[in-house]
Amino acid sequence: MTNSFGEFADAKMFLCIGTNMTEAHPVASTFLKNALRKGAKLIVVDPRRQPLAKLADIYCQIKVGSDIAFLNGLMNVIINEGLYDKDFVENRCDNFEAFKAKIMEYPPERAAEISGVNVETIRKVAHMLATIKPAMLCYTLGITEHTTGKDNVMSTANLQLLLGNMGMPSAGVNPLRGQNNVQGACDMGALPNVFPGYQKVIDPAAREKFEKAWNVKKLPENNGMMMPQMMEALVDKKVRAFYVFGENLANTEPDIRKVEHELSSAEFLVCQDIFPTETTRFAHVILPAASWCEDDGTFTSSERRVNRVRKVKNPPGNAKPNWWIFKEIARRMGQEWASNSGPEIWDNEVSVLAPALGGIKYSRIENDGLQWPCPNTDHPGTSFLHRDGVFTHGKGIFNPVDWKAPAEVPDKEYPFVLSTGRRLYQYHTRTQTGRSGLDFLMPEETADISVADAQRLGIKPDERVKVRSRRGEVEVRARITDQVPPGMVWMSFHFREGSANWLTNAVYDPATLTAEYKACAVAVEKV
Amino acid sequence: MKITINGKICEAAEGQTVLDVARANGFYIPTLCYLSGLTPTGACRICVVEVEGMRNLVASCSAPATEGMVVRTDTERVLAARRFIVELLVSCHPLDCMTCEKTGDCTLQNLAYELGVTASTMVGEKYDYPVDYSNPFIVRDYNKCILCLKCVRVCNEIQGIEAIKTIQRGFDTKVATAYDTPLQESNCVFCGQCVQACPVGALTERKAKGLGRAWETRKVRTTCPYCGVGCQLELHLKGEQIVKITAVEDGAPNKGRLCVKGRFGYDFIYSEDRLTTPLIRENGSFREASWNEALDLVANKFKQIIAESGPDAIAGVSCARSINEDSYQMQKLFRAVIGTNNIDHCART
Repeated sequence: MTNSFGEFADAKMFLCIGTNMTEAHPVASTFLKNALRKGAKLIVVDPRRQPLAKLADIYCQIKVGSDIAFLNGLMNVIINEGLYDKDFVENRCDNFEAFKAKIMEYPPERAAEISGVNVETIRKVAHMLATIKPAMLCYTLGITEHTTGKDNVMSTANLQLLLGNMGMPSAGVNPLRGQNNVQGACDMGALPNVFPGYQKVIDPAAREKFEKAWNVKKLPENNGMMMPQMMEALVDKKVRAFYVFGENLANTEPDIRKVEHELSSAEFLVCQDIFPTETTRFAHVILPAASWCEDDGTFTSSERRVNRVRKVKNPPGNAKPNWWIFKEIARRMGQEWASNSGPEIWDNEVSVLAPALGGIKYSRIENDGLQWPCPNTDHPGTSFLHRDGVFTHGKGIFNPVDWKAPAEVPDKEYPFVLSTGRRLYQYHTRTQTGRSGLDFLMPEETADISVADAQRLGIKPDERVKVRSRRGEVEVRARITDQVPPGMVWMSFHFREGSANWLTNAVYDPATLTAEYKACAVAVEKV
Repeated sequence: MKITINGKICEAAEGQTVLDVARANGFYIPTLCYLSGLTPTGACRICVVEVEGMRNLVASCSAPATEGMVVRTDTERVLAARRFIVELLVSCHPLDCMTCEKTGDCTLQNLAYELGVTASTMVGEKYDYPVDYSNPFIVRDYNKCILCLKCVRVCNEIQGIEAIKTIQRGFDTKVATAYDTPLQESNCVFCGQCVQACPVGALTERKAKGLGRAWETRKVRTTCPYCGVGCQLELHLKGEQIVKITAVEDGAPNKGRLCVKGRFGYDFIYSEDRLTTPLIRENGSFREASWNEALDLVANKFKQIIAESGPDAIAGVSCARSINEDSYQMQKLFRAVIGTNNIDHCART
């Protein structure tokens, strides 16, 4: 997030696109609701009329995967009617002309045709965005989980640059992170192209810095594989050993049959986890790990805030802290690492090596955490980025992007579009919530379908239906709801039985290799 | 501006209430219905103080501080008024403190103790509501409700859920869902904010039942293990057991708020299913192994693969739920020891 949760309550305006905040980030949504009570405006763009949509001043029910067409159409109106922030665009941004040329290809009529949102509403949204400033743009996986995910993100950034909604409180581009420490895992360099603190592995100076810090002769100089590539490489044996730490890939990745084929092809699979999972079934070695509450460390939240996590109990049996396990493997492979606890790793290594984290020390985050960038120990942390329109690259860069349809669209045989996500009462593959009594509130998966489709197909509430895609099929109860438009099925991936991932399509955004969980074609029939 | 409280001259700002100024200056004034951050309702009157020149006692939570105000928080008149309120509340409140979950952390109990109210001098009607145990998270015992309505206000004004309101009138006034259904049949989302707000034993955590008294628990601040908001939790612990979880009041970013998963989704750490020993696959099933054996196996296999196929034949994914330090350590293992950048995690999928 460029901005912070603390700015929600004072925001004047929100544009929420592809975020089911009340279910996936419930506490964040309470601050948004508080702002609405104080008169803030809300525009919601989402294929589902989810709870946020019901609170919206304007709700745009776009078709699945039409985000760029909608946003380009919106920006077409903003540019053509001269409603954009000319000062910000001229002085703080680059590449406006090329961007404008692309936007001119998306008159609102075309945007309306692709997105299903009528021209009048697109204009209304443009006018509201132009008159109430700044607006916080929030998104979640509804933007990223598409084959056009990266371009979708660019498009949201284009809009905020155009409106000049950057570099000030209660503004910005704000992706809400789905898991407690996705932000932190990125910051730590658990990515194939960057060291901790986003220092590029292809940069010789960065490699030299880390070679010195880690006391090794030569660090690898090419970007590594991204997760889907790793898994595909298990099949052709290019990857012989696969180390899976705390991930239940057999349930979370698209097309479970494909994933399980890949996992079962591994010559040597190491799983490090707190529970046996569907993934550990394929392991050759399972290493039992300490969980939350059993180790001292930090999580970094969506708002770049580094927060303390504290040990209050010992791990069960012989389970060990994860950092210890990695250290012991390193030792057996010839390297002795000095740091011997979470706090030592952070204070002596992470915050020394990652410039944006340089000022964050355990002694400073006893209570409220600190938000990076925080370059030195006198720095108070940063609640919003790009202050006064000063960007990492100097100026903000407009990226002209084109709309493309999802990889698989409904046809005669598979006439519904399936979109997926999370539900309030469960979390991911239920390794945690399934063992905490939350099944009481959500005991099984459902296929959410519209009233019109249910009537047409003669499906009654809670009746069992079969949902089929080209990859597989599941049998679940039908949940008939006004949240879902005709022609759409919505499901989650919490339950192994009836998981949407038996159906989802393993196609990826070409740059990020994020899978298109939000769109594939399915058929629905009564059982 | 300046106001005088119990003889001390205190600095006050425009918009501050007498209660705000008193608390900022270390003066104790009890409250029951007051909720920080929301418009005061002045309903319970337990926060009354005496203000020079005013005929009646003033509810300090809703009285704006004004220049030159002279306030006393502890006169006999003030204490008598508070005692009378507590006697009224106790008159229809069950006195089963011995078994009540709230004992030791109950504002009404504390007030009765402080003001010397042993039992009510007033005899009247008692409530006889069935206790609602119909869900695994929130026990609702409206026999103990003092109608401070904090639960209603946090549900409506803070969480924006609007699951509960008052029904009936007079003595029969009761907090309830629409049509007085169980919570799970209403639009309640089980965030439990009402439980955290309840000053008495009317709303309690079901999972906490019998696990420990308030004075036996220690409180440890930590960060929620669920979504990316990073809510700050207060674990109430007895030994290694989490008795209950509340939100850190005023902690960033959640300012005292939680959702159902953060508040109630913690027992997985105690699950019988936890992995407790290294396991090695042998002849199609897993057998227990020592750490030495398991780690030697992993290290030797990695060394063998590196020698035969190069370091890029090894790949790994880190965990987006575990602590930063674990992810740091894993990427260091891959880059500095194995010699590959084949390290990723689930951010992209």
